[in-house]
Amino acid sequence: MTNNSDNNRERKAVALVSGGLDSMLAVRLIQEQGIHVEGINFFTGFCVEGHTHAIRKKDRDRPKRNNALWVAEQLGIKLHIIDISEDYKDIVINPKHGYGANLNPCLDCKGFMVHEALKWMQKHDFDFLITGEVMGQRPMSQRKDTMPVVSKESGAGDLLLRPLCARLLPETKPEQEGWVDRDQLLDISGRNRKPQMALAKKYGFTEYAQPAGGCCFLTDANYSSKLADLWQARGEKTYEIDDIVMLKVGRHLRPKPSFKLIIAREEGETNFLKGYRKKYISLNTISHSGPIALIDGETDSDDLELAARLVARFSSGRESEFVNVEIRQKNGESKNIDVVPFRADEIPQDWYV
Amino acid sequence: MSEQTLDARNLLCPLPVIKTQDRVENMKPGECLKIICTDHGAINDIPAWSRIYGHEILSIDEQEYEIVIKLIVGDK
Ligand code: SF4
Repeated sequence: MTNNSDNNRERKAVALVSGGLDSMLAVRLIQEQGIHVEGINFFTGFCVEGHTHAIRKKDRDRPKRNNALWVAEQLGIKLHIIDISEDYKDIVINPKHGYGANLNPCLDCKGFMVHEALKWMQKHDFDFLITGEVMGQRPMSQRKDTMPVVSKESGAGDLLLRPLCARLLPETKPEQEGWVDRDQLLDISGRNRKPQMALAKKYGFTEYAQPAGGCCFLTDANYSSKLADLWQARGEKTYEIDDIVMLKVGRHLRPKPSFKLIIAREEGETNFLKGYRKKYISLNTISHSGPIALIDGETDSDDLELAARLVARFSSGRESEFVNVEIRQKNGESKNIDVVPFRADEIPQDWYV
Repeated sequence: MSEQTLDARNLLCPLPVIKTQDRVENMKPGECLKIICTDHGAINDIPAWSRIYGHEILSIDEQEYEIVIKLIVGDK
């Protein structure tokens, strides 16, 4: 039985903050009920924040910010960013509930994140969890039949409250115990975002991120096909964080199943890839200006020559008879070779990943 | 003033923030942390994170490819 003093103490909720409008609104709704809220944001390795924006030089001038941090600042809450990228691999590689339209394992992902948030909540003595989920908004994880799956499989059960659609769902513990007033929670459903816009206006949120397909790169068709190519080439579904970062950088060409080339598209990418020369064999043109390229996979000397000819194709010496290319091993040893650049029509389209 | 250095070069956001957060957790108020990074997003993100937690940004030195941010750990 809870005693009176326990009943009267300030309740604390931890919110999954993605950086989008929905979680922002969910937090505000709960703050309005006098609850202390702190946010959690998970780094999976596939987050849309950062990645490419920072690499390409031309993108640098665009105002960029971490939306989750920005949202936390607007709401006046603390934000804890937690790196779950190692454990998250298993979710991407073996999702129990399968993938969505691309390689996005949304249902497993949500369950895992809520589970991790629950662990944080218990460790820090918070009372319940909130998310910005809206019923029927996302095809996989936010359906009437899948929302209870997330509550159950995460282990959060009735400690998981979704303020934006709570009135469409069974009562949770925070409502039953009177920590929050169910009547002040909402019943938003569907993909129409008008109710959220109206609410944003009411709260004076004028600027907010509107993620189109989802909160991560796994919902992106191009990105997913590069990841699928990586798995196919390796003959197994595995990845390291460097692999998934690389999928966002440069042009990828796979002349053979055993290796692919990652060729920088501009200066910012060249500088970024240079930082990886101890982890990958790298090539760069010496006689002509050109991009740096990394080799991912296994190569013999014929493969390296072929790779050098491809890199030469993307250098300013593409029309020259020969281009001198430096091939540098991971240990820093290098040798130079003269190669004939590929002609544009000699590169099969299906080499482009 | 004691100063620690965090090498966050070649890490993409939000990793420089995560590394900063983890390092600051084990530092005392008043201590200085120098963060070296290459992701220009850190110029916005580390100050935003610092404002949320009440840490003070001492300087941001933006060079061509590297950025050096110094912060003073605030009261916890
Ligand atoms: S879009 Fe990505 S981060 Fe969001 S639920 Fe789906 S898999 Fe998880």
